[in-house]
Amino acid sequence: MSRFNLKWLLILPPYIWLLLFFAVPFLIIFKISLSEAAIAQPPYTALFEYVNEQLTIHLNLGNYTWLFGDPLYFNAYMSSLKIAAISTVCCLLLGYPIAYGISRMSGSAQSLCLMLIILPSWTSFLIRVYAWMGILRNNGIINNIIMSLGLADEPIRLLNTEFAVYIGIVYTYIPFLILPLFANLVKLDNRYLEAAADLGAGPIKSFFTITLPLSKNGVIAGSLLVFIPVVGEFVIPELLGGSETLMIGKVLWGEFFGNRDWPVASTVAIIMLLILLVPILLFHRFQFKEMEDR
Amino acid sequence: MTSSVSKLNKIFLAIGFFFLYVPMIVLIVYSFNGSERVNVWAGFSFKWYGELFRDEAIMSAVWVSVKLAFASASAAVVMGTLASLVLTRAGKFKGKTVFGGMVTAPLVMPEVITGLSLLLLFVGLANSIGWPEQRGFITIWIAHVTFCMAYVTVVVSSRLTEMDRSLEEAAMDLGATPLKTFLLITLPIISPALISGWLLAFTLSLDDLVIASFVSGPSSTTLPMIVFSSVRLGLSPKINALATIMILTVLIAAVISYWLVARNEKRQRKLSEISH
Repeated sequence: MSRFNLKWLLILPPYIWLLLFFAVPFLIIFKISLSEAAIAQPPYTALFEYVNEQLTIHLNLGNYTWLFGDPLYFNAYMSSLKIAAISTVCCLLLGYPIAYGISRMSGSAQSLCLMLIILPSWTSFLIRVYAWMGILRNNGIINNIIMSLGLADEPIRLLNTEFAVYIGIVYTYIPFLILPLFANLVKLDNRYLEAAADLGAGPIKSFFTITLPLSKNGVIAGSLLVFIPVVGEFVIPELLGGSETLMIGKVLWGEFFGNRDWPVASTVAIIMLLILLVPILLFHRFQFKEMEDR
Repeated sequence: MTSSVSKLNKIFLAIGFFFLYVPMIVLIVYSFNGSERVNVWAGFSFKWYGELFRDEAIMSAVWVSVKLAFASASAAVVMGTLASLVLTRAGKFKGKTVFGGMVTAPLVMPEVITGLSLLLLFVGLANSIGWPEQRGFITIWIAHVTFCMAYVTVVVSSRLTEMDRSLEEAAMDLGATPLKTFLLITLPIISPALISGWLLAFTLSLDDLVIASFVSGPSSTTLPMIVFSSVRLGLSPKINALATIMILTVLIAAVISYWLVARNEKRQRKLSEISH
């Protein structure tokens, strides 16, 4: 009996904490997405009302029909998914060779290179995005080099473009892809590659038939760690993107802080969550397998 | 491995490190620029560092953020370690699937969703039970503990699954209670993971802009909030000076920890050589 109590003593504190501060808020966000904006404190109407001993429920699907009716929201979702997908692919193309290279190194060189990859992510994310503002500006370093080489007479607009958003995302998110990929690739048994080489396979062939298939789980985990948060990214499109760079995180921020329309902001969040549900569940499956007792 | 592949690897690594480090070097160089305009070089100067330390808004935000990061990281390590023990040692129990989902989902959840949902919870709680009366330090702390504990759980549970379980079993067989076994056997073995989990949580909390912006109140402004509102208006040499201090702090901490780990490894190698 005491063993049983002890077990629940262990389980309950983190369970209750996460239930209250992670799960319940989603129910509230859903509830408020069904209410109407109002000039009040807080700025939305009540969903349940208890008047004259009668419970009335005001379900308002207006926010959802509003969202589907306005192409702005649809375009923002689509453009976020596109930007997230393209930047994930860019991270993979640059990150895979790096993760592979580090995984084949010997002890001390490996830990040094790994630390050099992680180190930037320990400094402020905001500062790293800010660094690119200085580089990509009209009178920033890249334009100064281009103009002093005589490649262009006028500065090329780099900041406040979608290109700048891609640079910022790849720059800040690439460690999240390299680390799980490295953890996977480092387990790859070199003897498979030696066997393939002995049997006459070239390096390219043995990469596509052995290394890549065996690292599938690392590729999926790393890609999801980039893709899912980037869909809702706010800081990078706000600081590096222009007014034409549409991303749903920026729209949600604007609805909440700009328009103070909490119900519409909640609806934007709920639909984003529904879009990301499958990727999140997929990520959960991979991550949970890593953490659970074996 | 043929040499052509490893050469290609070296090229990619060089490109990767160039891409990662050049922006920071540029940032640091321009923090020593005497000119008001960030892009024109006007001689070496410490002027912006002086301005930075005289800026009371920034300095008080630094203090708020450091206190917050310390409190969040400490609570996140406790909660995250409990969650890791639940995942790796508690066996099967009712609701484990839900628990697993709540541990992994915060790792990828877009910050705008987490921030908005927590704010709505706090507003709802304030309306129904009158707490929290005001949003500020305590609400940001709750938000940070919630998402930081997920990262701590990843770090600590990987150490818990790797470690040799027979040590725990031996202690239990010899009559130690589960609590005693945890304190005397498990805790010392996982302590490096607790330290790295704490440091990770500390930097995550220090760095968070989006979630804090949603759940903070008028009385508590964190450092990222100040930096963001200043950066939004354009470049500022003061922010370059602040960035340089942050980067150098991380660099020094990293060099020290790297040196400590390397020394430890060397000592262990020597010990194992002697014993053989």
